[in-house]
Amino acid sequence: MLSLFALVIPLVMGVIALVVPWRRWIGWGSAVSSAGVLGVGIALCVTTSSHGPVSSLHGALRADALSSFMVVVIGTVALLATLQTPRVMTQELEEGTTTRRHAGNYVVLMQAFITCMLTAVLAANLGVLWVAVEATTIATTFLVSHYRTKKAVEASWKYVILCSVGIALAFFGTVLVYYAALHSGVGKIGAASLNWTSLMAIAPHLNHGVMRLAVTLLVLGYGTKVGLAPTHSWLADAHSQAPAPVSALMSGVLLTVAFYALLRFKAIADAALGPAYPRALFIIVGLLSLLVAAVLLIAQRDYKRMLAYSSVEHMGLLALGAAAGSSLAIAAVLLHMLGHGLTKSTLFISSGEIAHAEGTTEIAKVKALLARRPVLGGIFGCALLALLGLPPFSLFISEFTMARAEVNVGLWWVVAISLVCLSVIFVSMTNHARHLLLGAGSAPAVSLRARSVAVPLVSALVASAFIGVSAWPLLSLLQAAAHVVAP
Amino acid sequence: MSASFYVGALELTTGAVLVCAVMTLWRRQVRTIVTMLRLQGVSLALVAGVLAWHEHDLGLAITAALVLGVKGALVPWLLRRVIRLDPRSRETAPLINVPASLVSAAFLIVVSYVVCSKLTALAPSAASRLVPIGVATVLVGYFMLVTRRRSVSQIVGLLLVDNGIALVTFLLTAGVPLIVELGSTLDVLLVVVVLQVLVVNAGARHGSFDLDEMRELHD
Repeated sequence: MLSLFALVIPLVMGVIALVVPWRRWIGWGSAVSSAGVLGVGIALCVTTSSHGPVSSLHGALRADALSSFMVVVIGTVALLATLQTPRVMTQELEEGTTTRRHAGNYVVLMQAFITCMLTAVLAANLGVLWVAVEATTIATTFLVSHYRTKKAVEASWKYVILCSVGIALAFFGTVLVYYAALHSGVGKIGAASLNWTSLMAIAPHLNHGVMRLAVTLLVLGYGTKVGLAPTHSWLADAHSQAPAPVSALMSGVLLTVAFYALLRFKAIADAALGPAYPRALFIIVGLLSLLVAAVLLIAQRDYKRMLAYSSVEHMGLLALGAAAGSSLAIAAVLLHMLGHGLTKSTLFISSGEIAHAEGTTEIAKVKALLARRPVLGGIFGCALLALLGLPPFSLFISEFTMARAEVNVGLWWVVAISLVCLSVIFVSMTNHARHLLLGAGSAPAVSLRARSVAVPLVSALVASAFIGVSAWPLLSLLQAAAHVVAP
Repeated sequence: MSASFYVGALELTTGAVLVCAVMTLWRRQVRTIVTMLRLQGVSLALVAGVLAWHEHDLGLAITAALVLGVKGALVPWLLRRVIRLDPRSRETAPLINVPASLVSAAFLIVVSYVVCSKLTALAPSAASRLVPIGVATVLVGYFMLVTRRRSVSQIVGLLLVDNGIALVTFLLTAGVPLIVELGSTLDVLLVVVVLQVLVVNAGARHGSFDLDEMRELHD
């Protein structure tokens, strides 16, 4: 029942926003719906940890520890992003950059987007998981082109074409897994053969040749949606053109939801082929992503695109963590997903405020934010430190643990290469940040008046620091979730 | 249905899917290309229909009707709307000329036969022997996506990829479970709707929708 609740809440809110024309309370309603999703997510975590996996809707939805954890991540970032809706939309309506109809559509599409992501992580059938991930592309297209400028239309066109083509490969891969399952020689399971539980049960009997091709297609296909190189190019365009809360949601959870799909399929491939082949694939795309991010961040001129390429970097790190594949590594990967969601959404939302106040997203044209806008600049700066992996924030502990797990399985050379890329990224990003934040302001400091920006963002940073310092209450949850996909 | 008739019908309809794909590379008039795509949708539905008849599979018969409705009628109708509203897309603008495109298509077909040998070895049958044709359709779709620079051409490329994969699912596994089939067909339809709305809105707002002008975002 609980997992059904998680889907119904945003669905109902979406329908309300579709029927009732935009009012400010609709914006608050979408935030309440996200809070509800977060609540259900926590309840799911408690239930699955004491009673094991729960199913509903005749077994179509299935929540195990991993799905429950993903619901919590989605709920957290969705709450941060939707808390901005009332203020951002009221502001845009006052400035005349949007109409009441478009403001209503914005809420509808946001709720549809959240529902699709929740369906993806709660679906028992891996084919339905694919359908839901593809549906997120459709739901977000008009969110990316919300401002309807030429650039925004260009970004959303490229986004739809590239992601649809990429995700088509993932469908091909899913079909091949289904084909291998039908001819595994273990009983007749028919239509249930795309279910996670039945696939895991017969995984050792799946045909090697077919599974090799399948897992390659799946890594390339879902990799497009995750933003892994070589098909990462949509990411910077879409994230820089979308409204800031949408970028926060896309970068903070959409990428990790696609990565969740990869984690599931990797577990099947590991059981079918042994760890060596999937590991090699994940190492290739992971290192390539780190390399691409490092190169493109050096001379980056736009701070929103800088944040987008940093997402490519972090997804690359997740891929390397998944390559190691031990339960320690997967627990760190999951913690990294949560930490990245918290900090990256904080950064995107605050960068949206900066862009609105300064009227530009070019790094060269924004200076001395700490002196001129102490609160906004302070939040942006702290979040950037968290993103770069400095303690006490949780990304430090997850990156450190992933590296340790990689060394444990003999991948020290991977750690060495990624450290080189990370140092380049660290230097270039601190350099950009120095330019954005430091310096003497000419005008007197402007304080940030909107509490709805400062309070959630500061709470997100505090939460990230808290998780980084204390293992409670996540440790047992992360271990249980990691055991779903790691031996 | 006799065995030889089944094999003949399957080979004919499957072959028609690939012929339509190659024809889209050959013709320059976008209206003709959309007609080819419609024929391909119909052939694809026929493949599903023949298999459904042979296997007495009700789910696959529903799928066949769905494919006929969506890929044989709705999607071509949407594309015609795009052509009407975006006059620049009436002629294709290939980056690689037509004869070279056709030679490349022939090469891609050979490649797909080589790639698929491992796939068909697992469960050889009249249907799975034809899988390379589906893969070749997918590859022709990718080729179209990277070498054509008009809005409609890109959508057609995307649809070729999708039709090719659908063909593979029919031939390899007699379709995916119905719920997944429904979901994926709906997704394809919505993607085309979304792209159509983008072209139409951009045309109304900025005067035209030109992929050649889309060079503002890059690094």
